[in-house]
Order: sequence, then C-alpha cells, then structure tokens
Amino acid sequence: MIVGDFWKRFFDSDLWWSFKSSPVVVIATIVTVVIIFSSVFAPFIAPFNPFDLAQIDLMASLKPPAWMEGGELQYLFGTDDQGRDMLSTILYGSRVSLLVGFLSVIFAMIIGIAAGLVAGYSGGWVDAVLMRIADVQLSFPAILIALLVDGVARGLLPNNSHETVAVYVLIVAIALSFWVQFARTVRSSTMVERTKEYVQAAQVIGLPAPLILFRHILPNVMGPVLVIATIQLALAIIIEATLSFLGVGVPPTSPSLGTLIRIGNDYLFSGEWWITVFPGLALVILVLAVNLLGDWLRDALNPKLR
Amino acid sequence: MSRLTIENMKVEFPSRRGSVVAAQEVGLELASGEILGIVGESGAGKSTIANAVMGLLEPPGIMPEGRVYLEGERIDNLPYERMRKIRGKRIGMIFQDPLTSLNPLQTIEEQLTETIMAHLPVKEAEAKRRAIDLLSQVGIPDPEIRVKHYPHQFSGGMRQRVVIALSLCAEPDVILADEPTTALDVSIQAQILDLMRKLVKESGVGMIIITHDMGVISDVSDRVMVMYRGKVVETGPTRKILSDPDHPYTKSLISAVPRPDKRMNRFPLVEYIEEAGVPSKPLDIKTHWLGQSRDFVKDHQGPLVSVKDLAMRFTTVRSMLPSKRKYLNAVDGVSFDIENGEVFGLVGESGSGKSTVARLICGIYQPFAGEIFFDGTELTSLGSRIAVNKYRRQMQMIFQDPFSSLNGRMRVRDIVAEPIRFHKLASSRSEVKAIVNDLLDHVGLGAMAGPKFPHEFSGGQRQRISIARALATRPRFLICDEPTSALDVSIQAQILNLLKDLQEELGLTMLFISHDLPVIRQVCDRVGVMRNGKLVEVAETETLFEMPKSDYSKHLLDLMPRLQGL
Repeated sequence: MIVGDFWKRFFDSDLWWSFKSSPVVVIATIVTVVIIFSSVFAPFIAPFNPFDLAQIDLMASLKPPAWMEGGELQYLFGTDDQGRDMLSTILYGSRVSLLVGFLSVIFAMIIGIAAGLVAGYSGGWVDAVLMRIADVQLSFPAILIALLVDGVARGLLPNNSHETVAVYVLIVAIALSFWVQFARTVRSSTMVERTKEYVQAAQVIGLPAPLILFRHILPNVMGPVLVIATIQLALAIIIEATLSFLGVGVPPTSPSLGTLIRIGNDYLFSGEWWITVFPGLALVILVLAVNLLGDWLRDALNPKLR
Repeated sequence: MSRLTIENMKVEFPSRRGSVVAAQEVGLELASGEILGIVGESGAGKSTIANAVMGLLEPPGIMPEGRVYLEGERIDNLPYERMRKIRGKRIGMIFQDPLTSLNPLQTIEEQLTETIMAHLPVKEAEAKRRAIDLLSQVGIPDPEIRVKHYPHQFSGGMRQRVVIALSLCAEPDVILADEPTTALDVSIQAQILDLMRKLVKESGVGMIIITHDMGVISDVSDRVMVMYRGKVVETGPTRKILSDPDHPYTKSLISAVPRPDKRMNRFPLVEYIEEAGVPSKPLDIKTHWLGQSRDFVKDHQGPLVSVKDLAMRFTTVRSMLPSKRKYLNAVDGVSFDIENGEVFGLVGESGSGKSTVARLICGIYQPFAGEIFFDGTELTSLGSRIAVNKYRRQMQMIFQDPFSSLNGRMRVRDIVAEPIRFHKLASSRSEVKAIVNDLLDHVGLGAMAGPKFPHEFSGGQRQRISIARALATRPRFLICDEPTSALDVSIQAQILNLLKDLQEELGLTMLFISHDLPVIRQVCDRVGVMRNGKLVEVAETETLFEMPKSDYSKHLLDLMPRLQGL
C-alpha cells in the first residue's frame, strides 16, 4: 500500500515529468544503468572470465575485432596482448573503475561538504584553519597523496593482505585528494547563503547551527556540488588508471578500464588499436552519461527552474 | 510634430505554455519639451515599452503589432545596424542604478568623450570641451577637475548626474529614463528630478520617465500614463490624474500611497488589485490556537521590551594589535522601552543602525555592550541557547526582502511548519497541518499555498508567507524590518493593513523599522529617530510629525515627498 502510494507520487512528481520531457536525459540514464548493470553482472554476461588463467589462450593474443580480417566471432572486440577477450575484460574492468570512481567521489563529497559548510558558516579561525589545510592539500598532487596513503597502508597492514585492500586504499587516496574541490565550492556558496535573510529567519526561530546548515543551507549549495561530482567521477576513474600504472593501484591481473587503456597504449602504433579504443570508448560513454545526468539533476532539483 | 509616437504597440514573450502578453494596445505621443510619466506596479509592462522602443527586447520578446515613430520617421522596423545608430544618438537612456551604468575603469572624461565622438563629428579637443560643458550643465561643481575622476569618486546622486550628462551628450531627441531615482536617497532624488525637468525645458527634448513612485510623477511629469497588466488604463495631465482619476485602478493606486500629512486607520480601496487575498474572518482570540498557551506569561509590569545603552560595533580594520584595530559603531548607546501592545517605530536613513538594533534584540547579533530586557528578563546574560530560546520564541521577525527571506528549496507548508515542529508547539502531524493551513488562511493566502514553492508567489504573497511563519511561534513581540520597502505601493498597503489587523487581533507588540516616514506615520504609536547609530529623538508619532524637536528630525520631515493635488 505504502509502496504503491510512493510510486504514484513519484510518477506524479515534477522530477519525473522533467525526466520524461528530456530525451537526452532518458538516453543518458539508460546508458548509465546498462553500464552499471552489465558490470555488476559481468560474470553472467561476459563470454569469458579474463581473471581465470585457465581460460586465457596466449595463442589467441592480439586478435582484431570480429568484423575485421583475422577476427573471430567469439572475440567480438578482439583480444589483448595476453589473449584476453576485450569485451569480457571491459565488462570486468568497468567494475573496478565504477567502484573506485563512485566510492571515492562519495567519500570526498562527504568530507568536502562537511568541511565547506562548517568553514563557510562559522568563519573566523575555524575557516582559516580548514582552508589552510585545504591549501596545503592542493599543493600536493593526487598521486603523491595516494602513494603516501598506500605506503602507510602497506606499513600498517599485514603483507599478504595488500592485494585485497588495494582497491580501498585507492578509494581513500583519491577521496583525500578530491575533497578540497568540494570544500572550496561549498564554502563560498555557504558564505553567500549565510547572509541571506532566510538563514537569519531560521536563527530567529531558534534553530541550532547544525540544523540550519543541513536543512537550510545544504540544499541551496548542492547545485554546483552535483556538477563537480560528475566531473570528479571521470577524473577519479582516470587517476585510478594512473595509480595502477605506478603499481599503487589495482593489481594488473585484474585490470580496470584505465589499466586497459594504458596497456593498449603500447600497441597503438603497431596497429592494434582496439585494445585502447574500446575501453576508451566505454570510459567516454560512461563519463558523458554521468555528466549529463548530473547536469540535469542539478536543474531538476532546483524548484526555481522547473 | 511629436518627438515620439507609439501606435497600438503589443509586446509578447512566447513560451512553452502559450505566449505572455507584456504590453498591448499601448499608444502615446510625446511632444517637445514634455515629460511623460509612465506609472504602474512591477509587471505592468512599463520597462517593456521602453525596451521595445529601443529595439532591445530581451529574447524571446517580440513586437508583433504596432508602430514607433521618432520625429515622424518609423523606427520599429529598421535593421539592427541602423537602429544601433539611433540608440544613444537620438534616443538617450537613463537607468536605475548609476553605479552599474558607468564603467568603473574609465574616467568620466574618457566615457563622455568616447560617447560624444561616437555620435557627433567632432575632434577630441572639442569633445573634451563639450564634456566639461555637459558636467556643468548637470550641476557638477568644478567640472574641469571632476571630469578627470573615476565613477567611484562620485556620490550616488553625482553619479546619476554623470549618467544624465552621458545621455545628453549626443543631443538626443528623446530620453527614456527607467526608474532614474529609485536607487537614490530622498534628498538627492528631489535634486535630480529638478535637474531633469530643467534640462528638458531648456533643450526641448522629450522625456519619458518610468517609475512606480507617485511622488516622482507628481514632482516632475507634465502628463501621466497609468499602466496595469500591460494595458494603458488612463492617460492625462498629472494634476488631473492625481486629484481626479477616472479609472478604479488609478483610484486604488493613489489611495494606497501612504499619506504623510495625516494618519488613517486603514488604507481604503486597495482591493482592486487581484492578489488582495481572501479577507479572513475575525477570529476569537480566546479559543483560537494563536491566542492559546502563551507559555510563561508573567505578571510583569512595565515595558515588554526594554533596551539599555545598547552598543554594537563591527571591526573594519583587523589587526593583531588592539590599538591598530578600527571599528564602526553601528549602534552606539541606544535606549528605549516598548510598552505592551504598542507599535514602536524606528526611522532613519540607510546606515543609521536601525536594522542592527532589530537583529540585536532578536539575537542574530550579539551586542558589544548594553542590556536587552524582555518581559523583565535580561537576555544577554542568559548563557545557554535553550534558556534564551524560551524568550526568543516569543519574538519573531519579518524581513525586508521577500525573495531571500524564504528558503527557495522548501515548500511553503514546511517553511511555516518549521517553528511549530522545532518548538514542539503541536502534538501531532495532523495538528501541525491544521495549524499551518489556518495560518496561511489567516494571512490571506489560503491552504492551497501549502504545497507550492516560494518562487511561485509574488513579492507581496511571499511577505504574507513570512508573516505566517513569524506567527507560527505565537509570538508576543514582532519585529518588522522594512517589511514593505521591497513591495509595490498597493501591495504595501495590503500588507500594512494585514499587519495592523493582526496586531489588533492578537494584541501584538511591534517594533516597526522603516526609512519611509509616511509609512511610519500610518503604522506606529511612538517613533524613535536614529542617526549614525544614535537615537536622536523619541516621541509620540503625531508629536514628531507636527512638532519635531531635533534638527535632524526636522530635516528628515522636510525631505518627505508630498503628493500635490491630493
């Protein structure tokens, strides 16, 4: 009963209406859902398991896509240098990429929004301290921070556990280098919002600061945050690739999209373009779809623009 | 031949849900040396007419019907390039905000000579000489020196004079002035209007002044055109329109202007404007929710609110060394009492500290020194927020800007319900809902307003929402900080009527802050006059207006615009 009520309200809402009326958004959503779905259910969809060494046939390495001369139908998008099927590798690889991308951005968002809200609302020394930390943070490249986090993690954790926690180390590392963007944006918007009269009205009602921050200011500063988040998601996936290249990220035996692009890079000039191009396309499509979604969501959640 | 003729103009803004007609059936003739005032409230289509004449309608605006003639020559169908040459050269424009209409990085001389040379065939030396001439024409002292200055070195009124000089420098046939004095203080407004009138009479240009302010119209214009919802309701000589209007809208508009010369109980005749709202039935305060359970009403004798030697300062220059710090004394030793059930007014120019006093009393700012008593309890020494909240709940505030005082992301019913929920004034969700609907009803909006968002309402309706929110804690003391200065006069009259009704019904005590003396006279029982953070004079309203004691009060009263012909 309650569930039915919820859906009825949902289909009646402005959000659903604005969703329906934009074909671009509908397509972007379908694409995103398909990518997420196919990566989650990769073991059931993919024709091969690229991580299963028994299934890898080195003789079948560097095969071109099926429609080209020398291609085989079972390797639709060709194979890489180790004979792994590209399609399966992309499906499995996007799992790692999506996991790292989403989790690190969400993590960074939480830290950044909290820091930005507090800094922007309280001002004074709290603001100064938080923003100087952010400045210091900005002066380190993300890779350096990731290496640091990885080094610390290796030191603290038992030796053989590294492979299993590698992904989480990556997520923490990327989140720690990304929160500054969120904090800066939220801080400046908060400083603008805090002087507005609706905040003073909330103060007159007697609401405590945390309630004012979360109920009144946060919804009003979320617009730019969503857009940054979609851009950061793409960046996080790419940084993950870089880090994996440096040996800090995921192990090469379970490649992510980024790792695949990098591997293919070596073969790009010798004519085996498919190793780079297909994972690259997958990445571009994913990032574009998520970006369009974020852009739409920002406008759709703003009641003034409905 | 008339300077400017408009025939049967119609302006539309096509959109997804049909097109919005911003102006229709507009016709006017402007003679040499004549000032025509276009008056109407926001959204009436005044500025649209000016933009259409200039060919500067904002997209997607179009003018599907009508003709515009300048000196007998049709200009509304000219190609863009030819229209561009007419703008600025033959039609001058004066905008509302003198700060943003000048380039801050160029001296006045550069801006004037550039404009002169763009439109007239003169050499640079001649253009510079003309620039100085123009400045002296618009009454700027020492024009040879001032011409080298940058816009920020001029005061607001002086800047508007420079803008007028700019609009004159190409010797135009027609000047369109869109709210030319709205951003200026009253005293400067009078000077600018005098100047504009003098220039028009001397040079014989035609001028159209667009304004919402009846005072400006009565001061400066020869003829008036009254607009309502995109249509011209009435055109005629200023005297006639002001003293003997024919159309009911004009009548209600004029009756809504607060009279500076006598106190009236209510504003009559303001119901013509459609958003006036449903008149709510008088409520019985003994049984109604709003009147019940005023928690901890003490049998306190004496004033409800009392302020003693209140001081507040803002740091303007920060420094590690206390001796190097500089402060702005926003409020400096202010003391006054507000009796139970009284409406106390604070009046003063911008920057006099009146809003700061309000924010100190309701706890948005912490005072630097002084004491605030509410119902006999000193508030500043109460340490914890919870202890203070009990008192703060009894005082609420209505803010100036109805567009920023409501959180645009919340629905109206949540905005009004928030204080009830936070202070747990109702026991169940259905009770909260009933109270919210009742409050919305009572401020003339109706329960239908609940599920909507604030941006779906006009300024006056938003101010009603603000009032509903303020009433939701069942306050005894209401602070109104310029509650109507962002509103049109007819809406202002409605809101003031509403506040007055509520005050009488609920027995509210009010602190009413305004820079507008006529409004103060209509609303307040006693008035305090503030200047530079100090209280200059406190008196009964009628005493202040009839026999002001201090020189500053006299000065303020002299500047008060008076409608002629009423």
